[in-house]
Amino acid sequence: MSTGRETVLARIRAAIGAEQGPPVTGPSATGLGLGPGPGTGSSASDPGAGAGSPQADGVTDRLAGRRHEDIPRDYLPVHRDEDPAALLDLLHENLADYRALVHRSTAADLPATVARLLAAHGSRTVAVPADLPPDWLSAAAGVAAVVDDGTLTAVRLDAVDSVLTGCALAVAETGTLVLDAGPAQGRRLLTLVPDHHICVVRAPGQIVASLPRALPRLDPTRPQTWISGPSATSDIELDRVEGVHGPRTLEVVLVTES
Amino acid sequence: MSGDTFLGMPSFPAAAAESTRNRRLRANLSHATRTIREKRARAVAELTDWAELRAAGKAIKDHTLRHLDRYLLQLEAAVTAAGGTVHWAVDAAEANRIVADLVLATGEREVIKVKSMATQEIGLNEALAAEGIAAYETDLAELIVQLGDDRPSHILVPAIHRNREEIREIFAERMAAWGRPAPEDLTDSPAQLAEAARLHLREKFLRAKVAVSGANFMIAETGTLVVVESEGNGRMCLTLPETLISVVGIEKVVPSWRDLEVFLQTLPRSSTAERMNPYTSLWTGTLGPEGDGPSAFHLVLLDNGRTTALADQVGRQALRCIRCSACLNVCPVYERAGGHAYGSVYPGPIGAILTPQLRGTTSEIDASLPFASSLCGACYEVCPVAIDIPEVLVHLREQVAGQGGHRLERAAVKAAGFALDHPGVLAAGERVAGRARGLLPDRLPGPGRGWTDSRDLPDLPGQPFRDWWKKNRSRSRSRSRSRKDSR
Ligand code: SF4
Repeated sequence: MSTGRETVLARIRAAIGAEQGPPVTGPSATGLGLGPGPGTGSSASDPGAGAGSPQADGVTDRLAGRRHEDIPRDYLPVHRDEDPAALLDLLHENLADYRALVHRSTAADLPATVARLLAAHGSRTVAVPADLPPDWLSAAAGVAAVVDDGTLTAVRLDAVDSVLTGCALAVAETGTLVLDAGPAQGRRLLTLVPDHHICVVRAPGQIVASLPRALPRLDPTRPQTWISGPSATSDIELDRVEGVHGPRTLEVVLVTES
Repeated sequence: MSGDTFLGMPSFPAAAAESTRNRRLRANLSHATRTIREKRARAVAELTDWAELRAAGKAIKDHTLRHLDRYLLQLEAAVTAAGGTVHWAVDAAEANRIVADLVLATGEREVIKVKSMATQEIGLNEALAAEGIAAYETDLAELIVQLGDDRPSHILVPAIHRNREEIREIFAERMAAWGRPAPEDLTDSPAQLAEAARLHLREKFLRAKVAVSGANFMIAETGTLVVVESEGNGRMCLTLPETLISVVGIEKVVPSWRDLEVFLQTLPRSSTAERMNPYTSLWTGTLGPEGDGPSAFHLVLLDNGRTTALADQVGRQALRCIRCSACLNVCPVYERAGGHAYGSVYPGPIGAILTPQLRGTTSEIDASLPFASSLCGACYEVCPVAIDIPEVLVHLREQVAGQGGHRLERAAVKAAGFALDHPGVLAAGERVAGRARGLLPDRLPGPGRGWTDSRDLPDLPGQPFRDWWKKNRSRSRSRSRSRKDSR
C-alpha cells in the first residue's frame, strides 16, 4: 500500500515537477493543521512569494499557476431577486417543476396540514427523528409515529408508510432541499427507505437563493443529502419515471409565519 | 490496464461499421442524443453566467492538477482524520487487489455497487468474481447491462442501446438467476420495468454489508466525497452498508468546499440537463451522528495511467473531465458509431482523448481512437470545463503517426475514413468553430471544402488524409523507412 502511495506521488511530481512555478496557499491548509506535502517545493514556506511576480507567470501554464484564492470567480453569486417572497415563489415553482408536491402553510396550520397529507396518502405509520417538534404530528390522529432512537433498521423502515422531517436549508434557484442530519432531520436512512417523504421548510429563514449562498451555511463534516424532486430515472428510452429507489412521492410544506 | 470487458475489441472503424449497420441502435442513439442535446441547451441558457462558471471550473481543475500531489496529501490527511482509511493504487491490478482484500476481510462474499466509471475502467467486477465475490450493480441502466451480460455504451445512459422490449426480456429471463425474479406479468412500460428493478434490488440493499462506489468530487480541505445521482441507489449504497469502499481517480480531487458551487451548477445542467439532479450525497470519513452511515470507510486513490496523461502538457486537460457526457451527445461520430465502437468505458470524444492516454496507443483500437473524429469542435463548445478535445486529438494523432507501424496506421486511416465517410458527420462538421479549423492538418479536407461533395464520393476524403499521415509520420520519424505499402 505504502509503495503504491510513494509511486503515485513520485509519478505526479515527475509529471508536474518541472513546472511547479509559484507556491500555493490552498484553502484552509493551515486551518487544518496541514503543511504542504513534501515535494511541493521549498517555496511553500514563503506563501506570499510568486503571486503576481513575473517569474510566477513565466511557466508554461500560466493560469494553472494561480494560487487557489486567485482563481477567477466572475460568476454570479445569485441569479435572481433575493427578496424573500420572490425566493419562496421560486423555490415553490422549481420544486413543483421537478415533480415534488408543494404545499403552503402557516406555522399555526402546520399540524393540520401534515395530518391532511398523511391521511391523503393513506399512511398508518410515519417515521420521525427523535427531535421532531412535537406539535408537527399533534393533529395526525390515527397515525402511529415510529420514532428513530438510533436503532431503527432499514428493514423496519421498509414497512413504514411515510417519513416526516425538517431540513437544513432549501435552495430556490435549483429547487433543492438540503438535509444534514441536523435538528428535526434524523439519520440519512430515515428519508431514504420509506416511499413517502414529507419535508417541512421554514420560510424565509431556511431558504437561500443559490448554491454560492448555500455552501457557506453548510458544515462539510456533517453527512448531507441534497434532494431535488423525487428519485427518477430516464434509463429506459429516456422516458422519465419517478421513483426508483428513494421515496417515490416527495411532499414539501413551505411554512410561513402568518 | 485491464479493461477486461473490452478485450478483443476490433478497432474503431470495424466496431463502428458494425454499429452503423444496427438500425435499432442508431435509432435509439439519435433519439437519445437529440433529446438530451436540446434539453441541455435550455438548461444552460438559464444561467447568464455560464461562460464564467465554465472558466472557473477550468481554472480550478488546472490549478488542482498543477499541485496534485499536495492536494492528494491534504485529502488523505483529512479523510484519515475523519475516520477513513486511504489506499493508493498504481494500476488496475493493484486497485482490484486492495478492494478484494478489503471485502474478503469483512467475511462477506457480495457487494452492492453504485455506478462508477473508475471501477468499470479497472474491471473490478470481474476481478471480484475471480475471488468468489459477487458484485451487484444497482443503477438501473447498469443492472440492465449486467443482467444482459452486456457492455455500457454511454456515460450517462449506459443502456441507451437497449429499447424497452429488450429490457423487458432481459428482466423476465435473467432476474431470477440474480435474486428476486421479475413479476410474471411484467410489461414493457418504463414505470413497470423500474418497479421490477426496485423490488429486485431492494432485498439486496437491505441485506448488503459492503458497498463499492466511485465519487464525482473529493474535497481536499475537508476530506468530503460527493456522489451525484438520480435514482437513489447511490444513497442506498452510501448509507445502509457497514463498510463503504470508494474507488476514485486521483484527478477527482478539488481544493475547497467552496469549489462545489461551480461544479454542482455546471455538472447537472451539462449532464442530465437538470437544474439539479435528484440526489447528491456528501460524506466525510465516518464522521456524523452515531449510526448514520457506514462505520468503516476506505478510499482507494487510483492512478492507472492518469499520471502519464498528467505528464503531457497538451493531453493533461483531459483530466479536467467531470464525466458529464455532454460531448457525447453533440458528437456526430458518436451518434452514428455508438458507444461500443470506442472499445473502452469512456466512449465518445472524451474517450477518444482519454483512453489512448490511459492505455497508450499500442493496440489497434487505442491507436485508431484519435482519428475517430471530424474535428468539428462541437465537443469543445459544450464542455463545462472547456477541454479542447480537437486540440488533444490532433496532438495524439501526431503521436500515433510518430510511432509508426503498419497495423496501427491502417486502423487509424480507417477510423478517419469512417469519420469522413458519413454524410451526417460531415454536415455537422460545417459548424466547426474557427479556432478548431486552425488545428486541422493542412490537407485534411476541412468543413465547407468539398465535404458535401463527399456524400457521393465516399472514398475520396481518405486520400488527402493519407498524404497528411505520410507527411506527419516522416516528420516525426527522421529516419523513417520507405513504406512498402503505399496503398
Ligand atoms: S470532456 Fe467535457 S463535455 Fe465531455 S464528458 Fe468530460 S466534462 Fe463533459
